[in-house]
Parts: sequence; C-alpha cells; structure tokens
Amino acid sequence: MSDFWIILTASIVAINAGLLGCFLLLRKMAMVGDAISHAVLPGIVIAYYFSGDKTSGLLLLGATLTGVLASFIIDFLSRKAKIQGDASIGITYTLLFALGMIMISTWMQGNVDIDMECVLYGDIALIHMDKIIVDGNLYLGPRAFFVEIIAFAIIGFSLLFGFKGFKLLAFNIDYARSLGINTGKWHYALMTLVSLTTVVAFEVVGAVLVVGFLIIPPATAQLVSTKLKVMLLLTCIFGISAVILGYYLAIWWNVSITGAMVMVSGIIFFGVLIGQRILKSNKQNVEFAEGQF
Amino acid sequence: MKEKCAIEVHNLTITYGGAPVLWDVDFELPAGQIIGVIGPNGSGKTTLLKTIMGLLEPSSGYVKIFNQDLSKMRERIAYVPQRESVDWDFPASVFDVVMMGRYRKNNLFKRTNKIDVEIVEECIEKVGLTEFRDRQIAQLSGGQQQRVFIARALAQKAEIYLMDEPFVGVDAATENSILNLLEEMRNTGKTVLIIHHDLQTVSDYFDYLVLLNTRLIAKGTPQDVLTKENLTNAYGGQLTLLAKVANLIKENQFPIREKDVDL
Amino acid sequence: MICINSSSALIGSFAYLRKRSLIGDAVAHSLLPGICLGFIMAGEKNMIYLFFGAFFTGWLSTYLVDYIVNRSKIKQDAAIGIVLSSFFALGIVLLTFIQNGVYTDQGGLNHFLFGQVAAINKDELLLFAVVLAVIVLSIIVFYRSFIIVSFNSDYAKSIGLPVRSIEFLMTSLTVLAIAAGIQALGVVLISALIVTPAAAARFWTHSLGRMLVIAVVFSVFSGLVGAYISYANSQTPTGPWVVMILSTITLISFIGSTKRGILARYLKARNNKSKILLENILKAIYHYHERQDRQKELNLSLAPAEILKVRRFDTADLRHGLNQLIRRGFIGYRGNNYYLTEEGMTESKRIVRLHRLWEQYLLKRTSIDAFHVHSGAEAIEHILSPEIEKELEKELGISGIPTEDF
Repeated sequence: MSDFWIILTASIVAINAGLLGCFLLLRKMAMVGDAISHAVLPGIVIAYYFSGDKTSGLLLLGATLTGVLASFIIDFLSRKAKIQGDASIGITYTLLFALGMIMISTWMQGNVDIDMECVLYGDIALIHMDKIIVDGNLYLGPRAFFVEIIAFAIIGFSLLFGFKGFKLLAFNIDYARSLGINTGKWHYALMTLVSLTTVVAFEVVGAVLVVGFLIIPPATAQLVSTKLKVMLLLTCIFGISAVILGYYLAIWWNVSITGAMVMVSGIIFFGVLIGQRILKSNKQNVEFAEGQF
Repeated sequence: MKEKCAIEVHNLTITYGGAPVLWDVDFELPAGQIIGVIGPNGSGKTTLLKTIMGLLEPSSGYVKIFNQDLSKMRERIAYVPQRESVDWDFPASVFDVVMMGRYRKNNLFKRTNKIDVEIVEECIEKVGLTEFRDRQIAQLSGGQQQRVFIARALAQKAEIYLMDEPFVGVDAATENSILNLLEEMRNTGKTVLIIHHDLQTVSDYFDYLVLLNTRLIAKGTPQDVLTKENLTNAYGGQLTLLAKVANLIKENQFPIREKDVDL
Repeated sequence: MICINSSSALIGSFAYLRKRSLIGDAVAHSLLPGICLGFIMAGEKNMIYLFFGAFFTGWLSTYLVDYIVNRSKIKQDAAIGIVLSSFFALGIVLLTFIQNGVYTDQGGLNHFLFGQVAAINKDELLLFAVVLAVIVLSIIVFYRSFIIVSFNSDYAKSIGLPVRSIEFLMTSLTVLAIAAGIQALGVVLISALIVTPAAAARFWTHSLGRMLVIAVVFSVFSGLVGAYISYANSQTPTGPWVVMILSTITLISFIGSTKRGILARYLKARNNKSKILLENILKAIYHYHERQDRQKELNLSLAPAEILKVRRFDTADLRHGLNQLIRRGFIGYRGNNYYLTEEGMTESKRIVRLHRLWEQYLLKRTSIDAFHVHSGAEAIEHILSPEIEKELEKELGISGIPTEDF
C-alpha cells in the first residue's frame, strides 16, 4: 500500500513543480527556481522551530514568503547593486541556505523530523508514517499527500485562471506592460507559487532535488512541443513516468527513491535530446539524398 | 472634434545609469500620418518608443497621448517591439501570438469570445499569414515573424501604432506589403510611428520625420529634416561634445536638471 | 582553508567576468557522482581516486551544459539546472548505494555534502597546496590570454588566440578549484566561494589585477573567521559560517565601497548639490550686476535680498552658501552686504560664460527653440570641464561672455 501512496504523492509533486517549471523555463528563470528552492530552507526551519510540528499552515505560509523574499533580493542585487544576474542568484541562495544550515545545526540537534540529509533528498519512503486516520481506523492516506493535493488545487486554479497572464508575461514582458498590465504583480504571483511548491515538496523530495522536478520535465517537453498547452501536458507525462520508473529502480537497487526519480528524469531528457537529433539528421540526410536526384 | 496632435512629448529626459539617453526632447506629432524616427545607433530611438509606451520612467518631462495621460489611453495605442526582443522558440502558434493583441488588463481572467477570434482571423488575413495560422512561430521566416507582430498590434484595434524597426531582416516583397498595409492604415486615420534606419528609403516612406541623436536634431517633413546640415549634426560625429558632457554627468552622478528658478 | 579559498576566489573572478558564475554551481553538484564512482572503484576512501572521479564528472558537466545549449533550444540557465540536478541525483543514488552496500569504510563521504574542515587530513592539505600552485602558475603564465578571452572571446579568436584551448584550460582550473574545495564547504555552498568574493571585489576596483587580489583577501579572511567560529561552537559546520561572513563582506562593500557603494554615491550627490548652490549664488550676483549694466563693476556690494530678486533661493541655503563662499575667498562682506572678491569675479564670469556657451551650442546643433534653451542649459554649466570649454570655444568661435541671455 505504501508503494501506491509514495508514487501518487511524488506524481503530484512532479505535476505541481513541472507546471510552474514550464513558465520559469520560458521566462529564462530556471535558476531562479533553483535559488528559491534552496532559499526556503531558513523559512522552513523557523516554521518547524516555532510550531514544533509540520502541519501548521500559517508557518508554511511564512516559509513560502522566504522564497518570495529571495526572488526579491535577487532583483534588488541585480538592479540596485548592479551585480550580474546569475551572480546575484548565486549569492542569494548560498547566503540563505547557509543561514538555514546554521539554524539546523544550532537548534535542531537530535531532532528526527529535520536533518541535513532530509534537506538534500527528503524522506519520501517515510511519508506513510504520518497519516491521516479518521474515526480511529479509516485510513485516508499519508498527510503529505493531502498537503500536495491542496497545493495542486491552488496551483491548478491559479494557472487555469491566470493562464493568459502567465503566458503573455513569459512570451513578451514589455508587450504585456504596453497593454497596461501590472507585470510586477504577475511576476511575484509566479514566484509565490514556485515558493509554495518548493516548501510543500520539501519534506517529500528535499530542497535540492526539487529543482530536478522543476526544470527537467518542462525542458524535455519543450524539446518536442510546439504549443504551450501540449508542453504543459507532456511535462506532466514525463514527470510521472520518471516518478514511476525511478521508484521501481530505487527499490530494485535499494537506493534513494527521490534521487532515482530525478536521475531517471535526466536520462529521459538526454534520451529525447539525442533521439531528436538522430531523427533530424536522418531527415536531413534523406532530404540531401533526394536533392541529389 | 478631430484631434490633431497624436503624441506630445514634452521636455523629455531619460537617463540610464546616470547618463542621459534622451535629453530635453520636445515635439508634437500630427495624427493620421506615417511618422519616421531616425538617428544613428544608440541615439535613443527605442528608448523614446518605450517611454511613450510607459515602459520606462522619464527623469523629467512627460508624454501625452491625444492630450491625455497614457494610463487613460492604453486602449488607443499599440506597440510592436523589436523582433529580436522575444524568444521565437516559445511554444505558440501564429494564432496564439496574434490573440495576445486582444488581451487587456481587465479580461485576462475571462475566456476568449467569438468576436476576439473573428478579429484575430481578420488581422492574420490582413498580413497574409492565413495559411500559416497554426504554425509554430519558430518555423516562420524573419519577415513572417515581423508580420505576426504587426498582426498582433492590429488586433488591438488602436489608433496609434508604435513600431520598432519593422523592416529589419525582412525581404523586399514583405517590406512592400508592410508598406501597403501602413498606407491603408493611414488612410483610415491611424497614426503610425516607426523607427527606421535606412536613410535611402526615408523620404519615400514617411510623411513626417523625427531626427534624433540623444537630443532632438530636427523634426518636420522629410524635405525640412533631410538637409545636409541636420544630417551632419546627427550622423557626422559633430555631437562629440554632447557625448562628452553626457559622460561627465554619468561619472559624477550629476543631477541632469535643476528647477529653473531664475526670475 | 587558505589554499581552497584563494584558488576559488581567483578562478571565480574570471568566471564572474565571463558571466558564467552559475556554471560553478553545476560543476559542484556534479562532483558528487564522481566522488562516489571514485569510491566504488577504489573500494575505499582513496583521495586520488575520489579526486579524479570528481574531476572527471565535474568536467563532463560543463561539457554537457555547452552541448545542450548548442544543440537544442534549451537556454543556458535551464541547461545548468538540468545537468546540476541529474548529476546530483545520480550522486545521491550512488551514495545510498554505497551506504546500503558492502563497503565497510564509507565514513566521511557525507562530508562532501555539507563540508567539514576538521575532516581534512595532511595528505589532503598537500593536494590543496598543489591545486593552488597549479592555478596561480597558470594565471601568471596565461594572464593576458585569460583576460582577452574573458572580455571578448570573438576578438580573441580574431587575433589568432587558441580560444578553445584557453577556455578548456579555464574550465579545467574551475573544476580543479571546486573539486579541492568541496570537502571544506560541501556541494551546495561551494558556489558561494566562486561567485561571492568576485562580486564583492568588483565594488572596489575596475582593474582586474586588483580585483583578483581583493577577492582572495576577502575569501581567505572569511575562511579563517568562519573556521574559527565553527571551531568555537563545535556543533556547527564550517561552510555556512564562511558563506555568512562572505555575504556580510559583500553587503558592506555594497554600502561602503569607494567606487560604487551607495554611501559614496550619497556623498557625491551631496557634494554636487553644494557645488551647484555655490555656483548659482555667484551666477545670480553676476546677473544682478548685469541687469544694472554694471558688468565692469562686479565688486560692488549688495544685500542678500537683492540676490533673491534675481533668483529664488531657500533663505537658509543662501545664508549657508554665502558663508561657504566667504570661507573659500570668493566673497567678502561689509556689514550686511556682500561683494565679489577678485577670485569671485573670475569664477562668476566663468560660470555665466559656460552657461551661455552651452546655450549657443544647443541652438546651433539641435532643434531646440529659444524658449526652451535656457532651462535646457541650466545645471550643465556646473559640470563642463575646462577641456570642454575650450572645445566649445573652438566650435562656436566665441571668446568672452556671449551677451545673449535666454
């Protein structure tokens, strides 16, 4: 039974992260996603420290704000301090991540819920330890699953209703502004959603590997799709395939589940990339051959 | 009442990193004409367009559209950015991009309606891209991409169109068809402001010209503007002093304007 | 620690200039599978195997990033993200494989994740010293080619430099520096050592040579302080503290730097404001006398109220400005009245002249009308240098003060 829940939960993580990742990718902000996922660490630690449990929604919200703050610092460094864009990203996330690590090592000594390994690759294998049980015996599923479902509802709703806005922003931000659209609001809405995804995904897949879910499936989808909606759909398919294949691979080899999932995702990406190139060069060869006769 | 002045730019100064990019530029543009903005590279042409569109904040001065603030006139003004300003690998079809011209601040959350679709189809037809309607934009030629952008602006149903280098990377046939389209637009009373860099064709294409090199060098009909003196002022490196002063201002973080309080 | 920090700061400065700061991030994450592979091959924690394993995957990662960018529509930042997370995931898989496997002596591999300076032994220290020596030597030998390639690789190609080999060398050095540093800082934070010192040093200088030195100083300083703090509170790891110190230095640089800091900018703005005030007072005095047709008798004294008739000043500003001018010897006073001294007269003439020369220049060269020209030239007279004054004179053919006033 826990197999089922792990795969289901991880699939929703992959869908959440992948959908938002598409927009990050199209806005050339993939590394900002990386930075946010690292930067929510201090927020999460503070949330755990004060609440003592992981369920407090309010404090998860606080952690989400840390991610938004990170994107704000990046903007500030590159605009006001005139530091190059990618250097600002590097400075911001290492600083916040370091802060989180110091907090963990001073406050969280001996705490089983949060340690540094979990930061890196989460503990998806253990999600069934924390379940929701109604009436003493009706087992509804792991808590993490429901947290992800709620996040999915929020993200799905935002993307459905804000689809036009996010699309316009990703394609041509100056044009969006010329229509009188407040691009700043849309930008921070996206950053908030990304931040939320990384916060809720934290306990499942960890802060570092969530990047794999954010970037790799959308990039794979981008290679082969010509329409945004198709790209979003393919992202989900690639993400879920990686989750399922990765899970059984991990069981087979007895290795980290999340690690295996992201690794499979990477293998799918390179497979598609190389496959596409081979197809293309065959086609060119054919055309070349036809041209000769 | 017919509005005579489409765009008024009043004493506009824009700085970038402290140095003036546009400096005390002041003009009024007539409505219902095809107007060219010319000047050497880095003379502030794109900056001017972006400021008129409200994408950049002026350090001083203001812009009025039909004698009103831009915020009230958004619906009546459309912008065609430089073709290179976007990533054409974006997963979208011609139809998708032109449909963006129907987006408004207040309809982003609504579904597209039938009228929008009709307008979009009509604009795609106007620029002659109907057969490419569902093609991904990366698979178009440079000229076709440019026409997609123009169609998107047309779909806005505006009265003033600002176009940043629409003739760059476009073959001769496309250039002609764009030109015909512009003339058709003028004949229905639209105002078109175009950044152009090819001095050879300037006098054929435009009814009115603005010659820029950080400062406004000249404005008026092509005959008035394209004098030898004006052109040497703009292109002949005669304004090196201006550039030097601009540099000094930047180095010393000098305020470019002060309030005029002489009595 | 010193060796590691110097190496990465040096190499990071070039990465910063090449706008490839984040490549270090990809490399750092990609070292993990290499380290694990090295471990599996050696069957134990053999430094040489681990190091070469790390070097190999680190290098492979930069190659893959370039491959993705050149061969598909994926952009560089996404390519970095893809390579980074795939390799890191592979590393985690291998790491758990080792942990759950048959290897007995696997302790310490975890240190590569988060860094632990205390875990470094003598042999490793020797290795770091060698890495630093290699990097310093290469930079000394190839200094010029590195600069040209970082600044403008197209140009470097055009003058016949072997750009590809030089880039190859720079990449290899980057991987080397990161591979050496990873044990001290861990995979996530090592990119701070590449990015942050360079960014902080950039605030203080425009010269590359000095930037390198400053970056090294900052980095070594944070290394030492960070190590000390972590030593004093023995439960905390070293890496995070080093990064905290480095970031603090960057913040201080941003505020206090002499070249680009906000404090310097603020002081400059204040200076400019005071200069403008003083020169405007001198100009107003000249205008006052000119309106009475007394250009020859600029030394007559006048009351502050009369200055206010020509130009509006804030009274407190005016009083402050007059005192300043007296202190500088431009103005003398009799009772409540003020007059221009010899220097003051020359100075006021210079300012008025500059203003009017600029007006003439604008009229001649641009389409400004007589109505706007005065306000357009306002403020500019305060900044024109003597050199520009001469050029204006030459171009306009005007000597003395133009009488036309707008």
